[in-house]
Amino acid sequence: MNPEFFASQLFQTLLAVLLAPVMLGWVNQCRAWLQNKTGPGVLQPYRVILKLFRKDAVLAHNASWLFRFAPYAVFGCMVLAVSIVPILATDLPFSPAADVIALVGLFALARVFMALAAMDVGTAFGSLGARREMFVASLAEPALLMVFFTPALISQSTALTTIVETLAHRELTIYPSLAFAAVAFVMLLLAENARIPVDNPATHLELTMIHEAMILEYSARHLALLEWAHALKLMTYASIGIALFLPWGIASAGQWAMMPLSILALLLKLLLGSAALAVLEAVSAKMRIFRVPEFLGMAFLLAVLGMLTRLLLGSAG
Amino acid sequence: MSSLDAVLAVPLYWMAVGLSGLASAASRGRHARLFFPLGALGGVVLAVAAYVAISASPQSVILPLGLPDLPFHVRLDALSAFFLLLLGVVSTGVSVYCGGYFGSAGGGEIRLLCLQYHVFLASMALVLLADDAYLFMVAWETMALASYFLVVTDDEVESVRRAGLLYLIVAHVGAIAILLCFGTLQLGQWNYTFDAMRSNTLSVGWASVAFLLALFGFGAKAGFVPVHIWLPEAHPAAPSPVSGLMSGVMLKTAIYGLLRVSFDLLHIQLWWWGVVALSVGLITAVFGVLFAAVQTDMKRLLAYSSIENIGIVLAGSGLTILFHTYDMDVLAALALAATLFHCLNHALFKTLLFLVTGSVMHATSHRSLGKLGGLIRRMPWVAAAGLIGTLAIAGLPPLNGFASEWMLFQVFLLSPSLPNSYLSMLVPVATAALALAVAVAGYVIVKFYGVVFLGMPREESAQGHDAGSWERAGLLWLAIWCILLGLLPVFVVSAMDPIARAFVGATLNDSMQESSWLFLTAFRPERASYSALLFLLGIVLTVLVSYLLVRRFYHGRVRRSAPWDCGYGRLDARMQDSAEGFGQPIKQIFEPLFKLERSQPSPFDARPVYRSKIEDRIWYWAYAPVIKAADHLSALVGVLHHGRVHLYLIYSFATLLALLLLIQ
Repeated sequence: MNPEFFASQLFQTLLAVLLAPVMLGWVNQCRAWLQNKTGPGVLQPYRVILKLFRKDAVLAHNASWLFRFAPYAVFGCMVLAVSIVPILATDLPFSPAADVIALVGLFALARVFMALAAMDVGTAFGSLGARREMFVASLAEPALLMVFFTPALISQSTALTTIVETLAHRELTIYPSLAFAAVAFVMLLLAENARIPVDNPATHLELTMIHEAMILEYSARHLALLEWAHALKLMTYASIGIALFLPWGIASAGQWAMMPLSILALLLKLLLGSAALAVLEAVSAKMRIFRVPEFLGMAFLLAVLGMLTRLLLGSAG
Repeated sequence: MSSLDAVLAVPLYWMAVGLSGLASAASRGRHARLFFPLGALGGVVLAVAAYVAISASPQSVILPLGLPDLPFHVRLDALSAFFLLLLGVVSTGVSVYCGGYFGSAGGGEIRLLCLQYHVFLASMALVLLADDAYLFMVAWETMALASYFLVVTDDEVESVRRAGLLYLIVAHVGAIAILLCFGTLQLGQWNYTFDAMRSNTLSVGWASVAFLLALFGFGAKAGFVPVHIWLPEAHPAAPSPVSGLMSGVMLKTAIYGLLRVSFDLLHIQLWWWGVVALSVGLITAVFGVLFAAVQTDMKRLLAYSSIENIGIVLAGSGLTILFHTYDMDVLAALALAATLFHCLNHALFKTLLFLVTGSVMHATSHRSLGKLGGLIRRMPWVAAAGLIGTLAIAGLPPLNGFASEWMLFQVFLLSPSLPNSYLSMLVPVATAALALAVAVAGYVIVKFYGVVFLGMPREESAQGHDAGSWERAGLLWLAIWCILLGLLPVFVVSAMDPIARAFVGATLNDSMQESSWLFLTAFRPERASYSALLFLLGIVLTVLVSYLLVRRFYHGRVRRSAPWDCGYGRLDARMQDSAEGFGQPIKQIFEPLFKLERSQPSPFDARPVYRSKIEDRIWYWAYAPVIKAADHLSALVGVLHHGRVHLYLIYSFATLLALLLLIQ
């Protein structure tokens, strides 16, 4: 392996880590505009994170080491996740370490740490959040695997870089199987990132909160890491969506000259994608928690249909 | 000394340890600390010898034991060696653990316990070594009986006796099916050695009968739906190390038997066997995990989780058969490796978790999840070992559970479409079922760990002390293997190559040739690769860097305070989620699956009582009618019984007369 590879890897990871809060800020800003509000500006998440880092951490009396370790573990998982996804270019020395199945496993690892930490103190909210999160995830995770399996069948590979290279170099036709997978993926993105209609990131109402209930006991630097990890997760999902369903503009291995163009393409895609996410959230309403299985069940079935279409129609699917 | 001699010496040694344990007069604590660790030595020897034997050519010997014309045939080939390795590694940890556990807890007479335990170990080794139906059945029955006696260790408890009886009945119904299966395989030649069975050519019909009998017979031991019924009863009843051995190793001997019959003794395979095994396996997996989600007893929860994992293993075996019948042997080899790897992984993490429950029960004397909580603060060692088991069983990278599930998914995904288009459509559905089972397993185990170790103790009495040093050593041994196999899966998989070559006729080198020690790959690295070590390195590095950066640029100040109580001011342990509460979403969405009985108090009840009972519908559909019919029949026979001697004499006289008339 040559040092250029590592430079590319490091550059992509750092770019994603630093860009993640601004993407969240942009989604929130768009939402504010759609609700006829001025909005806090796109840089607000940075200000929040910096403020939190400066404060003293307040821990419950009985918080164990698991509670203090979990934010770092979750942050670590998310940084690793974003380093696996080809965001700008497909020459990532780290990507052979994990394929899409391992990526789903990585999200699950972060989630399990988060849920366990939420149950650590023993408040009603913590365990409520953990239970709901695991419940949503237990339905979303298989669906996510199925979504990934359709492009994996098309490219005969579960490695994300190979999938992206295959999909980016095909003719511009619509694969019905990928269309199914894309719809399912958007639904899962909403569910896994605690967005409306599954969860509402802007509320602390006990009847509805999932993600916020889990991190209720956290403060200061731990909370900052979790907020950052949350932003990174959204960024990772958006990047996966882009890589799988809109892979044009991602530089192939060794094409350094393509880099500025692919950065531009990425920014444009993220800008539009986040705005679309905000619109989607603005026009839908939060659903009851027991309607969520129907929502996720639909995503699951769509993903399975995508895979079936691919298998039945062969290369045309 | 050949590895077969070494392997054969171990069961003998275990019998000797058991018998001298029976004769010993040492006090309970000293007895346990002496004899169980001695047994562990046997486990180490077995593991080493079996590891050597996997890559050696098959060795066999005829022992001058048994009946006059029926000597015992013993054979050690790659498949037996692999399962013996599993037995050796797991039993070492369990035996060391028992040195502490049985010394101070787990009722029953220690001398008897020691004998039964070692007979159980020895019989499992003999099941794996047997090369004729006679020795196999003798060892199989000894295993069933030894484990039965271990299950009913606490026989003064009514529920334990009932569980033992259920186990005994199911085990014997299964044994009859296995016996019939061997009867079919010997094809009327009355030669019961496995060698003779291998050379027999069965018709398609008889081969199918033999396969289905094996599936049923071994399934009764392994716990496939619908013959899983004894598992959730017997596992909680047995002392925890025994539950660990039963779940970790004994269930695997059934998988061994099934593989032995379908890949070795039967000379042909049919594609629909694969479909049957795959479907039964996936149904078992989903069923097991959904039932595990609603359990409130920690050992029952683990027992249902064993049903789930056995289902995954059976699905893998089914897939192997399916590929093998269509001559896709490279894929069959990969599927077989994934299946066996999952057997090994499940043996390690499930035994680890059962031992963890043993330590918890030892310390708190509670088994119900509704009473435990917050043990991470009182029992840091057990909690740490439990966390490793938890992450492993949830199938999370970089631990071992993920590695085998990853391989299994690869097999599902990278298969070119099967020749039959109906079968091709099976692939996405089967993958979906597997994915669902794996995801819900995460839910289940978060519930298990969160309720037992995190939060506040739900009852004052349930606050234990940490485990003793023997128990810790046993836990540590299994936890380390979980980590090692997770980080270096390539070594395990490449060690399985001789099995794949012998049983499906393809080498794993074709599918894994570009695996280096660092990367586990399927076919080509561009196609799929996974490196647990790099994965762990990535996480550890990020965690360290972020930790150091936070410390460098900010600070590490911490203030302790009461948790947020919404201003209510009286936060207590009862406000936490209970095990019932945690399982409630699953209960709600999969309600038709469960037989649910609940009574909810009225809102005005001053002393509300909430009751909810979840039962298995299969019990009421399949078992209850049989039990009722048996009761009815015995009542009919009971009409003849009056307890008066002269009536019985009249019966004998009448019988005699009738016989005399008939003979004339």
